[in-house]
Amino acid sequence: MKILFSILREMADIPSDPEVVAVALTNLGLAVEEMDIVGTPVPGVVTARINRMEKHPDAAKVTRCFVDAGDGEERHVWCGATNMQPGDIVPLATLGTKMPNGMDIARRGILGIDSEGMLCSEVELGISDESSGLLILPKDSPLGVSPFEVLGIEHDVVFDLDLTRNRADCWGHLGVARDLAAHFGVPLNGPRVDVGSLGAEKSLPVVIDAEENCASFTVSYISGVKVGPSPRWVSSRLAHLGMRSINNVVDASNLVMLETNQPNHAYDAAVVSSFRVRLAEAGETLTTLDGQVRTLHSEDLLICNDADNSGVGLAGVMGDLHSEITETTTTLAIESAWFSPDPVRFTAIRHGLRSEASVRFERGTDPNGWVLAADRFVTILRETCPSATLHTGATVVRTSHCPQPIDVQISVNAVERMLGIRIEADRIVAILNAIGFAAKSNGDDVTCVVPTWRPDCAQSVDIIEEIARHFGYDNIGKTVPNSTVHGRLSNMQQRRRILRRVLVGLGLDEAMPSPFLAPGDLTDVGLTEDDVLRLANPLVADESILRTSLRPGLLRSLRYNQSHRAPRVGLWEIGHVYPKSSAQLPNESEQLAIVVAGGDAETALAQWNAICDALSVGAQLDQSRVPSGLHATRSATLARGKKVIGVVGEVDPVVLDVLGIEGRVSILELDLTTLLNEEPKPVQARDINRFPSSDIDLAFVLPESIAATNLQRALRQAAGKRLVSIELFDVYRGKGVAEGSRSLAFRLRLQEEGGTLTDAILADVQKSCVAAAEKAGATIRA
Amino acid sequence: MASASIPEKDQLASALAEGLASISSSSSSDDLRALMSALAGKKGAIAGVKSSLGKVTDIEARKELGQAVNEALNALQKASDSRLRELRAGEFASQIQADRVDMTELAMSAEASRRRGRMHLVTQATERLEDVFIGLGFQIAEGPEVETDFYNFEALNMPPSHPARSMWDTLFIESDEPGSVVLRTHTSPVQIRVMQEWPPPIYAIMPGRVFRKETPDATHMPVFHQIEGLVIDRGITFADLAGTIESFTKAFFGEGFTSRLRPSYFPFTEPSAEFDIRRPDGSWIELGGCGMVHPHVLRAGGLDPNEWSGFAFGFGIDRMAKERHGVNDIRDMYSDDIRFTEQFS
Repeated sequence: MKILFSILREMADIPSDPEVVAVALTNLGLAVEEMDIVGTPVPGVVTARINRMEKHPDAAKVTRCFVDAGDGEERHVWCGATNMQPGDIVPLATLGTKMPNGMDIARRGILGIDSEGMLCSEVELGISDESSGLLILPKDSPLGVSPFEVLGIEHDVVFDLDLTRNRADCWGHLGVARDLAAHFGVPLNGPRVDVGSLGAEKSLPVVIDAEENCASFTVSYISGVKVGPSPRWVSSRLAHLGMRSINNVVDASNLVMLETNQPNHAYDAAVVSSFRVRLAEAGETLTTLDGQVRTLHSEDLLICNDADNSGVGLAGVMGDLHSEITETTTTLAIESAWFSPDPVRFTAIRHGLRSEASVRFERGTDPNGWVLAADRFVTILRETCPSATLHTGATVVRTSHCPQPIDVQISVNAVERMLGIRIEADRIVAILNAIGFAAKSNGDDVTCVVPTWRPDCAQSVDIIEEIARHFGYDNIGKTVPNSTVHGRLSNMQQRRRILRRVLVGLGLDEAMPSPFLAPGDLTDVGLTEDDVLRLANPLVADESILRTSLRPGLLRSLRYNQSHRAPRVGLWEIGHVYPKSSAQLPNESEQLAIVVAGGDAETALAQWNAICDALSVGAQLDQSRVPSGLHATRSATLARGKKVIGVVGEVDPVVLDVLGIEGRVSILELDLTTLLNEEPKPVQARDINRFPSSDIDLAFVLPESIAATNLQRALRQAAGKRLVSIELFDVYRGKGVAEGSRSLAFRLRLQEEGGTLTDAILADVQKSCVAAAEKAGATIRA
Repeated sequence: MASASIPEKDQLASALAEGLASISSSSSSDDLRALMSALAGKKGAIAGVKSSLGKVTDIEARKELGQAVNEALNALQKASDSRLRELRAGEFASQIQADRVDMTELAMSAEASRRRGRMHLVTQATERLEDVFIGLGFQIAEGPEVETDFYNFEALNMPPSHPARSMWDTLFIESDEPGSVVLRTHTSPVQIRVMQEWPPPIYAIMPGRVFRKETPDATHMPVFHQIEGLVIDRGITFADLAGTIESFTKAFFGEGFTSRLRPSYFPFTEPSAEFDIRRPDGSWIELGGCGMVHPHVLRAGGLDPNEWSGFAFGFGIDRMAKERHGVNDIRDMYSDDIRFTEQFS
């Protein structure tokens, strides 16, 4: 929102240093995003008349202009613009001029013919953000003077405010000036008003059919109008605020809106002299001021000429092209209405038409702002058209939906409870009155009336915020609550941190791929898309599915690194997956996935072992259940009874081929909702057994069809309570071992509780181990 | 009384002399150990003398000879010990020379084989923030990333079609009831869940992933991270909010940093503020938003605004990581490119 310093200074006697005002604005919550100094004259730029123009046969894109800058000397200038003609008066940047963009005007030539300066546009002079060629000055402009002087462009400061959604009132300068006046302790004068003598009573009839959408509709009548150009200060201010000057009537209407936040519309009263406000018929059309033919919706609000019930304006958004003011207009009907915010917003969205009026109505305007608006309108108009007369008897039609001032009670104690500082009743009353919240105190109780221009304030907290704002957030002080809560990580959070450290200790890097997938990403990695959630409004189709597995994202990152000369990358991710559930929200859970390029099943198992060790967890390795998308003979499901908690092994080579990944890829996926939420009891210490231990080494031949764990389990059981540890220390396949079998050598460490093992006991243990192993399908290796 | 010269005595003397000579000429500790077991062992010359003691009939002479045997043995042992020290010293010195490695070469191969992995910059930043808040007495709450409209908007004082909803570009999930399920646009819905589930007083932070319908550029990602703070207790004031932000500022950024609040607007807090951090050089960082929890929000969380009051604050985690490490383009942080990741230990 652009706010002009000169207008603020007219409305209140605030400090003349714009830096001071900028700080105040920010402290009031009206954050200054940018502060631009505008309309600074450019020394060396003077007005000049184009005497004649010539084309050069070898320079089609430029024109040779011969100009007179009033010093009797004809200068030659090359010019790339096309909007000028002989006789026009234009700005000439003479040799040696430094332009606002830093460019130095020097003698430059085309085809060996020098240019003695440059003809300028509005943009080049820093007057406007846009231009369509040279700035053409009025025909009667004197030569050799500053074009800024000719145009009456005032040196000014534009504050670009980043307004918050609640401050509807600050969409007009008046609201900003009110806050500043209160802040600096100066009176708020508002815009200058001089309506002259009023005309006879004149009330144009108004009917409101849609009482909820249009809660107030006022029409003021102005006669003695002569349409013509605006005074220069008006067009200059409009330009600084980003609007183009049209004529004195339209400009007055726009400036009044920018100053007072009251959108208004001026109709030619000879054309529209009675109004009806109704909902549009579905399919009804209206040609808006921008020339677009709009097909209306049954919820769009239409302002109609009651004479023929034809639309003259899309209420709150934009006027109708055909009821525009013309050069022959002599009487005006000034409409200032209050339209309900939401319907205006929806109409603006439906028609893709966000206008200066609609942004104001959708935030909430002041239903009582019309009086000042009409007075200011005629004040501005009278500068170019002294005969303009505002008539008494303006039509005011209100419905029961019209916002009313609200009474709110607060107290010194309530303010202290919220802010933590005691502000006395007198101070509170002074603050509130300064911003127009008529306040009275009775002891420590304060009653105030919320003005209708502040639709954001409705209850006591809103009033307390206003008090805090004007008391100054910096003056409130800083205390620390007296907490009885102890800061800590939960068990689950603690375990997650342990897990992260185990993973980095394993040399693995954390990845964070997008949780959005493209259709087909899941099936590419061997998973199903049956239970996915889809985005209703994805940014791109490739990001339209919410992941149900971390695998596709992680493998994509792995492939990316592989294709950038990092062939052996190991990545992990801890993140959420979102499979669809029967409830409203998905069955969201936290998962871990690890992939290692060049890793194999053993890599993944070593990771699983490290995690089990660190988190005191475990699961059965079930190779009979091949997880989908994993290598059929080199992977297993991690299960606890029927509950699957993860998968371990290698990625299916078919999947790797589809993804274009080279070599093996190890994979470990775990459901962390289960593993992190467990709270293992602390291990209880056992005394050290100081009696000597003995090792027995046993080698068996075991068919490949039998899992090694079966043999180990048999040995463990047979060794019984004397077993301290069992370790597989050698695996051998090849000569001496039958095809389809392998040799597994175990070392069993045994120890007796309370005594030394005898040879007889050791022999016994060995015998039962061999027997058990044979029962499990193994044979002792000779 | 001089004892008679007996042949054993001469044998002993020559054995000792021979022994001492061979000890001093031994060239390695292994040779010396072998030599000593030969000289002082059961088959050695001295042992031979010792075994002939019985044959000496003269008691005095026997005693004298026995003593001489012991002295000879002691002399040999002493000479051996001393020679062994010499030899070992030389041997260690040459072993140490032979052991020489280039430590810088080993360092290179160690680095290649045992590189520690890296946590994502956002995870690192989150943990650092969590630790500071734990120190300030906060616990950590978590919530779902796919949320209902109720938690993401309505309970936060934004009823359906509330204009302030447009402050967030929302990604919606396809559902039977369009618009009812969203990817949370902020971590604020966790506030409501915590109020509903944890008995007050509540001192909690809520870090997590959030989503916006935004095209990625150097400073924006559609998926990023925020941290939210919520305090609910009896008698909590705006001054407590300002003081807590100040404590956090000093604990996280350093003693030389200060904070300020300036008025702003959020539908779920009133009064609302932006908070800025002032660096020791006087420049400002605009960090996040905060305010007193709106009474409507307290009620949505099942709390009575007359009994409980509180404040909330929130800011972006990604930006903290980005600024700490001087990351120019936030997209690099989410590229999973190992060339980026491995810079940060």
